[in-house]
Amino acid sequence: MKARYLIPLAIFIAMLVFLGVGLKLDPREVPSPLIGKPAPAFRLQTLDTPPRALSSAEMRGQVWLLNVWASWCSGCREEHPVLVELSKTRAVPIYGLDYKDQPDDARRLLSSFGNPYVASVSDLDGRTGIEFGVYGVPETFVIDKAGIIRYKQIGPITPDVWRDTILPLVKKLNAA
Amino acid sequence: MLHKFLIPLLLAATLSPAFAKEAAPASTDPVAEARLMTLASELRCLVCQNQTIADSNADLAVDLRNEIREKIESGMSDAEIKDFMVARYGDFVLYRPPLKNTTLFLWVGPFLLLAVGGGILYFTLKQRRQRAAEPELSRDEQALAESLLQTDQTKETT
Repeated sequence: MKARYLIPLAIFIAMLVFLGVGLKLDPREVPSPLIGKPAPAFRLQTLDTPPRALSSAEMRGQVWLLNVWASWCSGCREEHPVLVELSKTRAVPIYGLDYKDQPDDARRLLSSFGNPYVASVSDLDGRTGIEFGVYGVPETFVIDKAGIIRYKQIGPITPDVWRDTILPLVKKLNAA
Repeated sequence: MLHKFLIPLLLAATLSPAFAKEAAPASTDPVAEARLMTLASELRCLVCQNQTIADSNADLAVDLRNEIREKIESGMSDAEIKDFMVARYGDFVLYRPPLKNTTLFLWVGPFLLLAVGGGILYFTLKQRRQRAAEPELSRDEQALAESLLQTDQTKETT
């Protein structure tokens, strides 16, 4: 057998490998260009009653999570109990950005399913979401003491993501 | 399917003269709107990834069109608006990504494949031509055939 008869087979196997890897990739997970950059500043009304203005500058000096969520988002409902559990561990303060949502709906959700957030601010027109490059809720940003975005989770935080990625990163950033 | 080819073609056709005129801040609405649509059709909607922001009716696309509209009104250039989008959503929003190390294969890949394919075709054809030029009989067979032919000829002539 001449080696050149094996060439089509080799090409076929190479294609299989490429297609196989392609199947595993999620096209929805677009790497954020904001990682390593300062988190966009915001000053928005919280969902508290009565609302107060919360500015992103207040979180300086601590590692915190910004969780982008909405009451209309099904992925967020799935994520919500996980966040509630995480907030009980007090490993990291979680702030919410209630993205393009009715504050009343959002408040209702928090009162019936628990509130994992230190505070949640209301992004009524989605402007702050655009600043953060949000394109699909839920999304979560890990922001360090200097206000730099260190990680972006696209889609719900699962216990696995928390244990394997976010918690180690938070510990590292807190130690720094 | 057709419009996927048509839009880039039309864009290419209108590109240079139109952009030169629109460098001044857009004051009249139709001009600004045309600029918005030109820009939006170059940008990918991240919610429905195979549509442009111009085509898509997703919430985010509508918001981003409004954002671009305001930026045009505030006098930002097309390049500045694109930079704004790339800073937030990455190169992925551009339907024509810039030539960088990470996108090099994307741009060069097709030409590379064409060159490889062309090379294979060239050498295959060359080989085939050589094979065709080669005598089909071995030297001994040729000699035998010639001698047979000659004996035939000598018989006929005698």
